Amino acid sequence: MSREEWRGFGVFIEQDEGVVEETSLEILGRIRELADKYNIKITSFVLTDDINRIIDKIRYYGSDEIVYAENSLFKTYLSDVFSTALYRLVSKYRPRYLLLPATRNSRDLAGRLAIMLRTCLLAHVISIDIDPETMRMNAAVPGFGGNIAAVCECVTMPEMATVSPGVFTPKIRKDIEPKLINESDLTKDLKTLMRKISRTSVARPDISRSEKIVVAGAGCIKDLELIKRFAKIIGAEYAVTRPVADAGLAPRDLQVGSTGISLKSKLVIVLGASGAPHFVSGIRDCGTVVSINIDPDAPIKDFSDLFVVGDLYDIVKKLIDRLGG
Amino acid sequence: MSPEPVYIVTMKVVPKTEEIRFDPVTKTVDRSKATNEINPADKNALEEALKLKDKYGGKVIVLSMGPPFFEPFLRTALAMGADDAILISDKALAGSDAYVTSMVLAKGIQKIGGATLVLCGEESSDGSTGQVPPGIATWLGYSLATFVSKIISLDLENKKVVVRRTIKGGYEDIDLPLPAVLAIELGINTPRFPDFRRKRWAEKEYKMTIWNIHDLGLKPEEVGLTGSPSRVKTLIELKPPERMRKIITDPDQAVEEIIKIIKSIK
Repeated sequence: MSREEWRGFGVFIEQDEGVVEETSLEILGRIRELADKYNIKITSFVLTDDINRIIDKIRYYGSDEIVYAENSLFKTYLSDVFSTALYRLVSKYRPRYLLLPATRNSRDLAGRLAIMLRTCLLAHVISIDIDPETMRMNAAVPGFGGNIAAVCECVTMPEMATVSPGVFTPKIRKDIEPKLINESDLTKDLKTLMRKISRTSVARPDISRSEKIVVAGAGCIKDLELIKRFAKIIGAEYAVTRPVADAGLAPRDLQVGSTGISLKSKLVIVLGASGAPHFVSGIRDCGTVVSINIDPDAPIKDFSDLFVVGDLYDIVKKLIDRLGG
Repeated sequence: MSPEPVYIVTMKVVPKTEEIRFDPVTKTVDRSKATNEINPADKNALEEALKLKDKYGGKVIVLSMGPPFFEPFLRTALAMGADDAILISDKALAGSDAYVTSMVLAKGIQKIGGATLVLCGEESSDGSTGQVPPGIATWLGYSLATFVSKIISLDLENKKVVVRRTIKGGYEDIDLPLPAVLAIELGINTPRFPDFRRKRWAEKEYKMTIWNIHDLGLKPEEVGLTGSPSRVKTLIELKPPERMRKIITDPDQAVEEIIKIIKSIK
């Protein structure tokens, strides 16, 4: 039995081996405000191998109901079974708005689901609103290197979007006791054609949530080790700009900017980066921006609280000496 | 599927993002002064396809959807080593979103006769939705791997491909059945330069196939702005917050000042 109209909010709660993706909770934080304002119900969708592993981590974030399916195939992400499973849940519960985190796995999932549902999908949005006249979701999609955003809407249902990590804040709502609904029967018959051979973790901090960051730009390529040492001494995480990642000198998970990670740190020290638009959009939400550049006219100047013109190696070495490296 | 493997590489031509200007008054994007280039990740996808051809044989076909000015860029792809290039070009396609684009490219792939592998750049540097590869896979019922950093092996006999894909905090190696769509990560290889002799052939002799939407059995209302389920309401400029812009040129003073700031952050 399916609900008849497309109605309410739907949120995909991403999990991987019982670890809940923070962005899903951030989405709940924002849409709870809209749900309260417009009296809309929120349904969270969970695919997991064991609901007991994660229920306490997701229960009180503002969902009115949590619809879950348990299957041993849902331990970690598998493109084919996750898309079929979520398609079945969404087709039954018919949320008008459907939001997923803009993480690698959920972007993979959302891209398939939108075509299966024959509907639209707004990509990595940075705002979510509802137009009170049409009740359509309006969401800003950043583009063109991060200095322009397009406010978009969907003309089909469900109105889907993936939401950029770090844009919203999760809120605990103990006052809302969500109804738990087990839909495991809907996914019992699923089989995968994919096979995971191995999985390797590369220990890496989540720079989107670090308080202090040192960013190495193209001007640091001669001696990235020195920059890493400096970061360590001041208790900061190390990150890079796109040219450094493009050169294969750092993984994408450490790349700051519109095609990488957006930072929210209290302090960011930008070394040897000119300040291309796609980079500066990634430090927009940082507290204090300090930059060092040899070029007195580098665009980063305008995006800095303190702009130092000089040889970054010279200054970084002096800083290391002073701070007890 | 033909016995010889067929690798279809999807390709888009994009303006260099750093050269795009936004007019806050008219709320329009000025691409006219920006130079165009092959979407960087698509070049990485082409290089992967050419490497597969070197190793396993077969044919590399570049498939693109866009206006006629894309043509010379596709000829560059031919000079790099692609065997064929097909441009889907039709005025009715203007304003197509990722939903329509993936549908049109999927129709193009069907018209070619299908593929062993479809290789796409993970996303375009201008739109950067990353939705086209999953879309193509879904329209065609092919298997899918996104954020692929390495193609480990291709087993044509057992119809399998093994790839490494980037996941949060690391990577995973997965095995998926053919035919498959692979979304290739930006920068995973160094694309080869166009070959001098191929360049002459590509520019002077090669006759490119151009398809319009009727060739693909599509109607104007199914594509372009009308066929697209998403709409742009308005463009906004994302202004960075005002900064203090204090400038220091003396290194010793800079060191003192930076230490003060570092110590003030708790």
